[in-house]
Amino acid sequence: MIAALALIVGIVVGLVFRPTVPTWLEPYLPIAVVAALDAVFGGVRARLDGIFDAKVFVVSFISNVVVAALIVFMGDKLGVGAQLSTAVVVVLGIRIFGNAAAIRRHVFRA
Amino acid sequence: MADDDDSTAPVQPDDGDKTASPAKLPAKLPAKLPAKERPTARYRAAALIGVLTAALGFAIAVQVRANSQSDSLSNLREDDLIGILDNQNARGDRLRQQITELEQTLRRLQDSGDRNAAARQQAEQDAAALGILLGTLPATGPGVKVTITDPDRKLTAEDLLDVVEELRGAGAEAIQFGPVRVSTSTSFTTSGGAIAIDGNVLTGPYTVFAIGDSKTLDTALNIPGGVAAATRAAGGDLVVDERDVVTITVIRSLSTPKYASPAPH
Repeated sequence: MIAALALIVGIVVGLVFRPTVPTWLEPYLPIAVVAALDAVFGGVRARLDGIFDAKVFVVSFISNVVVAALIVFMGDKLGVGAQLSTAVVVVLGIRIFGNAAAIRRHVFRA
Repeated sequence: MADDDDSTAPVQPDDGDKTASPAKLPAKLPAKLPAKERPTARYRAAALIGVLTAALGFAIAVQVRANSQSDSLSNLREDDLIGILDNQNARGDRLRQQITELEQTLRRLQDSGDRNAAARQQAEQDAAALGILLGTLPATGPGVKVTITDPDRKLTAEDLLDVVEELRGAGAEAIQFGPVRVSTSTSFTTSGGAIAIDGNVLTGPYTVFAIGDSKTLDTALNIPGGVAAATRAAGGDLVVDERDVVTITVIRSLSTPKYASPAPH
């Protein structure tokens, strides 16, 4: 509940304040967002499974974001930034789909 | 726990409660945690989760806005940008080449247009000059009005023709004799004692308009032994009235040559 409210508040704040993305953050922000989304979906699933743990959620959230950004950073340095970004997005996308499927089974029993 | 693991079965904790750090709990109350630890931990966790998800929402909004607002180039990588730049340069070259070609075409068309316009202007001038000389166009300009009176009707067709010839000789460019515009085919005839010009019977006094240098025309008509003298000798009179503006509106229709056709130069 808090998480959903905070998400909405964050979106509203982002829309109201209209900040511009700093240049150094530009390559990492989309990947970080996707990684955080993965963590959120995982958290929702765990909550539905009844095994939610705030600490695990916080740690996985932060580590997801950091690792995703790190991968992109390394990819950029190695000259394969675009490919690694794609790889990260694909992997995270698969995980989000898996978690979404589990959530769906919980919610719709199907 | 296991919130971010993939679809393999997550590790199942001993029960569904929210905290797992004090894993070894007194066995009698597995569902309850130490009361002193529970509220602060819960609040802290809730606050952290709230902060993180708020940050996520914020980031989503910012990223969506940045992605939809800024031009798509800012998100591209160097290689892609170089490729796009190459494409744009090639396109610019192509377009510049097209501009050059089109400008050449434009110049060519303008030249030919100028030539056409000049030719048409020349043709119009020629047509106007010919029309005035042939009597197919109205004419205006300085000239004279000649009034010939012949109370005794002694003037012959030849005398009137002399007037026209004299005017022509003096450089008259357009002549109206009575009701008729004088041209190359104009004829004076005598029919039954009356004089006719191109078939129109003339009755005195005769009025002639001529466009040309008025002084020269006047002089030519009044030359000693000329037409004025001949008219006066016949008992009539010839009065020349020099005018700054003489307008001849009578025109003739041009007959198409029946036998003659333009010969090649």
